[in-house]
Amino acid sequence: MIINAEIASSEKVPMCQDTGYAVVFVELGQDVHIEGSLLEDAINEGVRRGYSEGYLRNSIVGNPLERVNTGDNTPAVIHLKLVPGDQMKIIIAPKGSGTENMSAIKMLKPAEGIEGVKKFILDTIKAAGPNPCPPIIVGVGIGGTMEKAALIAKEALLRPVGVLNPRPDIAKLESEFLNDVNALGIGPQGLGGINTALAVHVEIYPTHIASLPVAVNINCHASRHREAIL
Amino acid sequence: MITKIKLTTPLSEQVVEKLRIGQKVLLNGVLYTGRDATHKKMIELLDKGQSLPVELKGQIIYYVGPTPAKPGRVIGSAGPTTSGRMDIYVPRLLALGLKGMIGKGKRAPEVIKALKQYKAVYFAAVGGAAALISKCIKEAEVVAYPELGPEAIHRLVVEDFPAIVVNDTLGGDLYEEGTKIYAAKEH
Repeated sequence: MIINAEIASSEKVPMCQDTGYAVVFVELGQDVHIEGSLLEDAINEGVRRGYSEGYLRNSIVGNPLERVNTGDNTPAVIHLKLVPGDQMKIIIAPKGSGTENMSAIKMLKPAEGIEGVKKFILDTIKAAGPNPCPPIIVGVGIGGTMEKAALIAKEALLRPVGVLNPRPDIAKLESEFLNDVNALGIGPQGLGGINTALAVHVEIYPTHIASLPVAVNINCHASRHREAIL
Repeated sequence: MITKIKLTTPLSEQVVEKLRIGQKVLLNGVLYTGRDATHKKMIELLDKGQSLPVELKGQIIYYVGPTPAKPGRVIGSAGPTTSGRMDIYVPRLLALGLKGMIGKGKRAPEVIKALKQYKAVYFAAVGGAAALISKCIKEAEVVAYPELGPEAIHRLVVEDFPAIVVNDTLGGDLYEEGTKIYAAKEH
């Protein structure tokens, strides 16, 4: 894997052939005014050019039931957040499906608590086994509604690998979860070993009195993120 | 250093039967690529009683959808995709004489059973090592379904393509065995 990463870096070729779904997080300053064409169109044009000029793979099919390739890797999945200021931050996080397909979400009962959350995380990673090309990075979203849990699980993957949650109680959970995941024995490539995950990142959000949503979003060792500020 | 076994396609039943889980192999010769859409199309042809665009007897299918080749290169990055998505199609292709598959990730019990029945093996290549693996590919040519883009059937000629035997003709499963050794506790 290390030799592969070195070749990819020196020869400027993709480290993995799954160059992903173009997932784009936009943090838009409230004082920014965008003129001309739509932001969404501009992002898709960027994806189109980036994937073509970079010799990246077109992996998107238009209608998921008819499954015809769109031919330019568009559309992107765009998550827009309004923030203070007069700048726009764009984070691109291409996401391969080998790991996305092994991700899962469950609406737990509040009574299941932390033990229930842990069990769901471990069950998900155990079921994934070798499929998501371990060692993996695990993003966990706890709370909110169904879609909010999934979104914060994905946002958790944006954090630099191994940086703990600033909240000490959550950081402690992250360390516990990482130990438990590595005790599964899945190991690199799923061939057995002590390094199944490099990090478990957890994000939380307030939730409903009746709910305990948990989302587990898995990322492989090709954890590709880039950001730019305009 | 662990000895790596050199294999050249097409594979005979005698060669395949000797392979055991955990053995490292270096594959040489022709590999055919195929993944989700390709398999669906091939099975549709078989349902209509038609022949496949490539002869699979003794051959290996590599589950891969490469990136486009940069100018002057044979192929782009070309690592394995998750094999489990092709499971439902596999027994019928094995019945036609397919002798091997390369991918990554677990196979369904039906596939493991069919590998025993039809004497074939499943190899794993290193997931995510797509730039490195592409160095073993010396020739690449689209031979069927060009309209599928990365999912088209490519005929690859490879030299010392590294892989590991995950499921053999005895029903062994390297993923199960490997994880058992390291699992600290039953979950």
